Amino acid sequence: MNGSTPAVVCRDLRKRYVTRGQPPVDALVGLDLVAHAGECLGLLGPNGAGKTTTIEILEGLLEPTSGDVEVLCMRWGSDDEALRQRLGISLQETRLADKLTVTETLKLFRSFYRNGCEPAEILEVVTLSEKQNARLDTLSGGQKQRLAVACALVGEPELLFLDEPTTGLDPQSRRDVWDIVRRHKERGRTTLLTTHYMDEAERLCDRVAVVDRGKVIAVGSPSELIHRIGGEHVIDFALKNHAATAIVESMFSDLPSVRDCHADAGGFTLTVGAPHECIPALVQRLSTNQLELARLTTRHVSLEDVFVSLTGRKLTAEELADKTP
Amino acid sequence: MKRYSPNWELFLCRMRMFYREPDAVFWTYGFPVLLTIGLGVAFRTKPPDKVPVAIQDVAALSDVLQTLEGDPVFQTFVGSVAQCESWVRKGEADIAVLHTDGTEYRSDPTRPEAAFARLKVDDAIQRAAGRSDSVAVNDAHMTAPGARYVDFLIPGLLGMNLMGGGLWGIGFVTVDMRLRKLLKRLVATPMRKRDFFLSLIGSRMVFTVPEMLLLLVTGWLLFRVAIEGSLVSIAVVAGVGALSFSGLGLLLASRARKIETISGLMNAVMLPMWIFSGIFFSSKRFPDVVQPFIQALPLTQLNNALRAVITDGASLMSQWMPLTILAAYGLVSFVLALKWFRWT
Repeated sequence: MNGSTPAVVCRDLRKRYVTRGQPPVDALVGLDLVAHAGECLGLLGPNGAGKTTTIEILEGLLEPTSGDVEVLCMRWGSDDEALRQRLGISLQETRLADKLTVTETLKLFRSFYRNGCEPAEILEVVTLSEKQNARLDTLSGGQKQRLAVACALVGEPELLFLDEPTTGLDPQSRRDVWDIVRRHKERGRTTLLTTHYMDEAERLCDRVAVVDRGKVIAVGSPSELIHRIGGEHVIDFALKNHAATAIVESMFSDLPSVRDCHADAGGFTLTVGAPHECIPALVQRLSTNQLELARLTTRHVSLEDVFVSLTGRKLTAEELADKTP
Repeated sequence: MKRYSPNWELFLCRMRMFYREPDAVFWTYGFPVLLTIGLGVAFRTKPPDKVPVAIQDVAALSDVLQTLEGDPVFQTFVGSVAQCESWVRKGEADIAVLHTDGTEYRSDPTRPEAAFARLKVDDAIQRAAGRSDSVAVNDAHMTAPGARYVDFLIPGLLGMNLMGGGLWGIGFVTVDMRLRKLLKRLVATPMRKRDFFLSLIGSRMVFTVPEMLLLLVTGWLLFRVAIEGSLVSIAVVAGVGALSFSGLGLLLASRARKIETISGLMNAVMLPMWIFSGIFFSSKRFPDVVQPFIQALPLTQLNNALRAVITDGASLMSQWMPLTILAAYGLVSFVLALKWFRWT
């Protein structure tokens, strides 16, 4: 496939949910997105940001209120059958039939595609071979999720959509799912996934689109996004008697190499270029003002910090109700 | 590369989902058979109870005692006058035969059995004494297979089963798949929607075969319920009925997003048919004003057609009316269901 042709393009996507007796909810307010062929693109954002709405519109399961969508150079409404043959989809939550076995389920999904791989092959990829004759109601959460991904892969799709593929899974199961996605990418195929785990986005995705309140607020590789907020390091600290003293963020923003300063309930977060210059100056500043440290830690900048710096909110703090019906 | 047929895989999956669910298997096959056995036994044809008679223990009544003891219609108690009166008072005997001035019948006239017992006892005694009937009569008994309650019941239960199976087997399963987001997952594949509906209906038709055979065989083995019509006619009527109710089931399930919704809808649709459509008793017992409504119910038509072919041995052609009505119900339901069907 030509690497210059994008796998997914959408422009000015809007979606309004209208429920009788309730004010309309705008889930998407002009979302633009491009996924290049062969890359793994992550939609990162808090719950309720519009990730699932976006991915379901791209999957052809939801109609946008307005906007333009092109998937593999085709359009929903005119090329549905051809598109479905080339897409692999795993929904946020599907409970497949409990009474069927792993192989029976895969054979069913395989039968819908003109081309694809044998159920036994795909079971090896998702490391479920020893469970091939087990009924689904005997599988663990991680095994069920791997089977769901296997059902998405059994038609050998060019483009794989995964909606929150590791939500609720234990760490080992999450790594197993990541391995499956990496293998798909190694074959030169495209993946578009949603997640609210920044570590997932950082480790798995070539590029990340940060989604908040119905639009994309930043796009780039994880390292690009991290560089964009200036510093490489973060200093978190808290003060004794914090509440009693009126301390403002501006007190620290002029310290050496500080790019950004945020106050939150627990204390302050400084994004800095050179911690070895900043920390002595910070300690100096505090003692001049007769303030005492309660704690101080340093770490590398993460996508979480990118999100905070872009929105002023924490990625995981806001657990809005999912707007999709 | 191995070829997979989506029709066949969908059908197989539906079959497996059914027979691996013991509850569903019991309610489809076990319960109707138990119901047939229970009702068949409860309403079985049995000989009338014996007439209990108390007789005074005196030599003058020895001929009477001999007569009544020798007649299988009577159950005799022999004792003193006081004992005989006590038996009648407690209801253990319907009448007492005593010897006072002559032969005396003593009974409680407020008990309806007493009058019957008096007729029977007197008849036996008078005949034994040489009375002859002046008019010769013959008794004919309506206990031949084909005219009993159980013969009426079996076709009705078949119809009820076809209704329940079609509505639950299609409606409930569809809503359950929608709830699991399995419908949404399926529609995200290149699966043809037509194949999905065909597999649902096809598997339902296959489940119908053992259902019908079980009931007919149970009826024949236990109660000698005769099958007068041809098996082909019965199969065609049952098949059209199953299709019709499958269509209704699909229609009811086309929008519902909750199990509570679909259960309510099903019960609302089935309840009038349980009452009016002649499962347990004839629908003709309802007043004429409601007959048009009753005749418009699909189960009434199905039960009528089933009774006609099973009990009366009617030809398939003679049942074109009910079959047409059933087919129309099925067809209209399917078209509307496909139009309104919600995959997500």
